[in-house]
Amino acid sequence: MKVFMIFISAAIVNNFVLTYFLGICPFLGVSKRFDTAINMGMATTFVMTLTAAITWLINNYILIPFDVTFLEYVTFIIAISSLVQFVEMFIRKNSPPLYRSLGIFLPLITTNCAILGLALFAVLREYSFIESIFFGVGAGAGFTLALVIMSGIREELEFADVPKSLQGAPMTLLVAGMLALAFMGFAGLLSV
Amino acid sequence: MATTLFISLLAMGGLGIFFATFLAVASKKLKVEENPIVEKILNELPQTNCGACGYAGCLALAEKMAGSEVAVDTCIAGGQEVADKIAELLGVESNKMGRMVAVVLCNGGDIEAVKNAVYRGEKTCAAANLTNGEKACIYSCIGYDDCVTACQFDAITMNNNGLPVVFYDACIGCGACARACPRDIIEMHPEDHKLFVYCRNKDKGAVARKICKVACIACGLCVKDCEIEGGIELKANLATVNYEICPQDEKPTGRCPTKCILFGKEEENTKSAVMEALMKKAG
Repeated sequence: MKVFMIFISAAIVNNFVLTYFLGICPFLGVSKRFDTAINMGMATTFVMTLTAAITWLINNYILIPFDVTFLEYVTFIIAISSLVQFVEMFIRKNSPPLYRSLGIFLPLITTNCAILGLALFAVLREYSFIESIFFGVGAGAGFTLALVIMSGIREELEFADVPKSLQGAPMTLLVAGMLALAFMGFAGLLSV
Repeated sequence: MATTLFISLLAMGGLGIFFATFLAVASKKLKVEENPIVEKILNELPQTNCGACGYAGCLALAEKMAGSEVAVDTCIAGGQEVADKIAELLGVESNKMGRMVAVVLCNGGDIEAVKNAVYRGEKTCAAANLTNGEKACIYSCIGYDDCVTACQFDAITMNNNGLPVVFYDACIGCGACARACPRDIIEMHPEDHKLFVYCRNKDKGAVARKICKVACIACGLCVKDCEIEGGIELKANLATVNYEICPQDEKPTGRCPTKCILFGKEEENTKSAVMEALMKKAG
């Protein structure tokens, strides 16, 4: 039951993008079109899940036993960037169409702070291995959800008569702010 | 202190070596064979992904070219220069290719055309075309800037009369504007076409004359004045130049009552000339 709570918490209540404001860059950059948003969400979810697992292993079998937890950041970053490299190679080999549709966003996942945030949060909250994985999947689902909602709104915005001074980035930021406000409605739903 | 240093060095080094080996093995196992010529071709292409070639982008075209599936001169935006370079890379001969230029076949701007409606919707031609637009002529240029937006090469602009003008010297002939125009007013023509009927109105002469000062009223004078029979024909109340046989000179333009058939007008629209005219009127 706890893993389910962790999943819901990471996906909706404590949504990485809209509550913690992590991963804002891809949130604004890749949310122009619905299909790229969904692909980016999928790729990020995949990397997040793997990251959650690997960083848990690193933390519990190397950092804690040898008492070098101050190396958290560096080792996690190494792990994340290696993973993204691996995922890139894997997708390129096994699904060239997906590789082409993701394009530059795939390597850019390396610098997505939501993923490092996820690894650090998992350590901070002392999750078990299974819990960490669910936390990763949930965070990925939440990221995808935020991206998909945003892209849907932005596609509709294309047809709206936006005042000239608000066109482009300002309008996008306003919408992002309102979305974040809307997600505040979930606060207090769970306490995990 | 020393042990901490030692352990962290070992941990970092160990992890580094572990991930490096992992990635090295993965890159060997998951190696994708790529044709090195694709990248070279891609470097020659303009990389604007304009889509004039009909493929998804420059990369898609480069892959097709490397496989010799398409001709080396398929890239319209790149033109002769790029075609020659790619032909050299692939070791084949390139053909001389004629330049295509976009031509706006409507002269009924805000001054000439009669307006019989007010349009308050989305300010794009595609949306306005769902209604009949503001002008009485339903074949006319709607006058928002879908074609200007579509152009990636800054080769088209709206003039003070609410009509698009193609810069003859800047147009690379990708055809993006022609595809964007919902009323098919913009056509792609080879550079050697010089005689154009600047009207698409298919109404009967009396109607056409009422709604636009520069409409083709299908009087047939240009048809008679053309030196070769069939060089210009009347099709659906509209004079149509038959480019394969028409000698294309100034003769048919002389007696046109609405001055909608013109000769050699496109070349005058160089970027500098049009911008200067715009500045003058604005100033």
